[in-house]
Amino acid sequence: MINLFYISTEIFLSLSILSLLLIGVFKKKSESFIYNFSCIILLVGLAININLNPQSPIDLFNNSYKINYFTTLIKSVILISAFLVMLCSLNYVKQNDILKIEYPILILSSILGMLVMVSSNDLIVFYVGLELQSLSLYVLAAFKRDDIFSSESGLKYFILSALSSGLLLYGCSLIYGFSSSTNFDLIYQNKESIEYGIIFGIVFILVGLAFKITAVPFHMWAPDVYDGSPTSVTVIFAILPKIAALTVFINFLYGPFLEMFDQWQAVIIFLSIGSMVFGAVAAIGQKKLKRLIAYSSISHMGFALAGLSVGTNEGIQNSIIYLIIYLIMNIAFFCCLFMLKRENQYFDKVEDLSGLSKNHPLLSLSMMIILFSLAGIPPLAGFFAKFYIFTAVIEQSMYFLAIVGLLSTVIAAFYYIRLIKIMYFDEQKEKYDLNHSLGLKMILMISSTIILIYFVNPNIINNFVSDITLI
Amino acid sequence: MNFPIISSLILLPSIGALFLFFINSKNITGIKYVSLFVSIINFLISIYLWFIFDQSSSEFQFVESRVWIKDFINYKVGIDGISILFIILTTFIIPLCILSVNSSIKNRLKEFLIAILLMETLMIGVFCSLDLVIFYLFFEGGLIPMFLIIGIWGGERRVYSAFKFFLFTLLGSVLMLIAVISIYWIAGTTDIEELYKLGIDPKYQNLLWLAFFSSFAVKTPMWPVHTWLPDAHVEAPTAGSVLLAAILLKMAGYGFIRFSIGLFPLASEYFVPFIFVISLIAIIYTSLVALMQDDMKKLIAYSSVAHMGFVTLGLFTFTQQGVEGGIFQMISHGIVSAALFFSVGVVYDRTHSRRINDYGGLVNVMPKYSILLMVFTLGSLGLPGTTGFIGEFLILMGTFKKSFLVAAIASLGVILGAAYMLWLYKRVVFGELTNQKLLKMIDLNKVELFILTLLALSIIFFGFYPDPFSNTYSVSVENFLSEYNDKLNNYNLQNQ
Repeated sequence: MINLFYISTEIFLSLSILSLLLIGVFKKKSESFIYNFSCIILLVGLAININLNPQSPIDLFNNSYKINYFTTLIKSVILISAFLVMLCSLNYVKQNDILKIEYPILILSSILGMLVMVSSNDLIVFYVGLELQSLSLYVLAAFKRDDIFSSESGLKYFILSALSSGLLLYGCSLIYGFSSSTNFDLIYQNKESIEYGIIFGIVFILVGLAFKITAVPFHMWAPDVYDGSPTSVTVIFAILPKIAALTVFINFLYGPFLEMFDQWQAVIIFLSIGSMVFGAVAAIGQKKLKRLIAYSSISHMGFALAGLSVGTNEGIQNSIIYLIIYLIMNIAFFCCLFMLKRENQYFDKVEDLSGLSKNHPLLSLSMMIILFSLAGIPPLAGFFAKFYIFTAVIEQSMYFLAIVGLLSTVIAAFYYIRLIKIMYFDEQKEKYDLNHSLGLKMILMISSTIILIYFVNPNIINNFVSDITLI
Repeated sequence: MNFPIISSLILLPSIGALFLFFINSKNITGIKYVSLFVSIINFLISIYLWFIFDQSSSEFQFVESRVWIKDFINYKVGIDGISILFIILTTFIIPLCILSVNSSIKNRLKEFLIAILLMETLMIGVFCSLDLVIFYLFFEGGLIPMFLIIGIWGGERRVYSAFKFFLFTLLGSVLMLIAVISIYWIAGTTDIEELYKLGIDPKYQNLLWLAFFSSFAVKTPMWPVHTWLPDAHVEAPTAGSVLLAAILLKMAGYGFIRFSIGLFPLASEYFVPFIFVISLIAIIYTSLVALMQDDMKKLIAYSSVAHMGFVTLGLFTFTQQGVEGGIFQMISHGIVSAALFFSVGVVYDRTHSRRINDYGGLVNVMPKYSILLMVFTLGSLGLPGTTGFIGEFLILMGTFKKSFLVAAIASLGVILGAAYMLWLYKRVVFGELTNQKLLKMIDLNKVELFILTLLALSIIFFGFYPDPFSNTYSVSVENFLSEYNDKLNNYNLQNQ
């Protein structure tokens, strides 16, 4: 008898999605209700998830699904950030006329896909989760259907994502062919010495995953899709799929293929260096904040990958701390974007920030904290994120990676402080609206406070990950 | 555990800044009084600290240590005879900066004072920290407030200068960060006291030294990477220039003593010729550049580079005189350059011009100002009886012991220093009063008179009677050098 108790989060989410669909179909004008109710569902899901944190790792469905501390932690992070994202984008969604019943339901199903991805211990389960997640996101990207950019971004994301899924599936089939199983544990046992088939399989799967986390050179879709999608979807793109995909990176590489570390390390280092440098350089010329944050997130993913490339527990732990701090900074950044609104019109150009500090001192103060933190200037949280990563990298004497990474932070610092310059040194423009929802204000305030005072007691966040041991 | 006096010294300005944050920005007098009060209390605490400081011991005193990042880094602060002087310099200059904002800062006063107080926290932290990571945090954290000070309240080309300052410094420091992390993995700790005892494997020392050097050289600033300093100085508001010249530059000099020389004795010995050459270039070249400036602030900025060249020269002689001279020169330059920037600020507030050619004949309208400016000019060029003389004299004495040629060339710098400072003084103060605008100039007001007199008195007092300073650091320097020589000898013995 399979113990279904341990997947009650996933079951709960699926049932909620189905019942919300039913409600949406039969009850007229239930959009707001469904949106609010989905937020509550995420919170309940979070509570369930935290509650069933197992003492020892648990494998379900013939070892194809696993629950342990690591997956529970990541799932909680996903659920919390999904909740925060939905809460802070509420007003945006309402005012941009994208509040349809499908919108929250699609978000929930993409979350469900991510939860499956995180727990997967089998290539097929993993692929199912990935596609559930991606399919919902394709629709979300194109959700503002009258807007030509939104449609373009949805289509672009769909086509490129399909390509990467194809590569990923091909990789899965190669691995199946050479190890005669799709289960991570069995692959680990079955694979005989290092074969080219397996290596090719790994590389193809890494390409597919790199696409999801927008690592260079598989990043091309990101700026257009980020820019074209409604901002409330961009914030999802910037955070959620990356957490899930990076977790799969970890489960996949440090699970069945741990012994082949030497083979895949070079790939990760290449992805990491490429993303760090390219993300930093390409963001300099951007005129739109969403494109800029797209490049910035490419660069940040490079740092998270650098942590994975070292092959130690510290590296993995530090990558996860990096992800957590990254998502706090990004949520805060998008909160600021949601506040740049005048008479129901939202602004997302760099020049719209001009002189913000004179009209909106508190908003620009939080924005400044976030930007300095993204740039990695001490004593803000972003610095520690990078500091931990490089501690792990230098432990393995990978000085080249460390030096390239840190130099790219200097390049990246340029465009972050350019934004600060525009906010603080330039001439002011018209005022923006002040009537933001309480949730949005609270999230911005709390997240920027966390960024600011993280240094007082770094152990609070670090303790969450210190129990993760995969090797 | 005793009362954490160092931590309170570090934290007090931040608490003041937090308090200011909640005051209504319309309440200007309230803001000024709160910040002044906080900074003066901090000054008194540091004087008290100096008073109870045991000058006969070379150990770190008032050490506080507590776990910060679990199993990784401890928060550890403490002072010795060298760092206490820099702390007093910091707490002495900050209240004067706050006093000076009256006339120079017109908008966003509250934010300016918050930035100044945060800078105070960070700068005191730099001089107290006994852990490399903590040091790095304080050292780099200063970038944010200083960037804002230059960028928001600066002059016309403030954006360019702020960016240049930020990126130059950041670029230098990231290499230091790599070195700090490497030291953690090589030696297993970032605690400075432990590292002094353990020593660092000689085969890594040269590279680590270079990484630290890259950061300190930018901050000092040394010759090829000094170009951010004139820009930053020129564009920063008066209080910002004062902070930069008086304290920020000293963080690097202090870093050279504490880290470069203290942690990597072999590498320091190895790189002595290199340091001597670029210090000499800094002294001669920037003095010549200073001669040709037509902007007062730029001239003083270049003179700062030259004076810091003397400091690095003195520190890397590894003689008692040289190192003591270097430390004394830093303190002296902290007071003198602060005074000079305040003086430029005084006339800038009245005429809004920094060009030397716009002035001339100031002695006719501003006699008090002219007298005080003379004291500072003489202090800067190192006339006996001012603090500048003691520092330069000790440095040159130490350098003579090492190399005659280097000392001879450096002495040339003293002459050049006299040339550009006296010429500046002549052009600004003496001569005909040609510019009609200057006729309406009013002499110093009470606050300015107070600031400048205080600085002039300390320049003269410590010029005649340097004992309070030299007694404080001499034991520490002695011990520091003997440890340094021990490490070198040990290494040489092992290699024979």
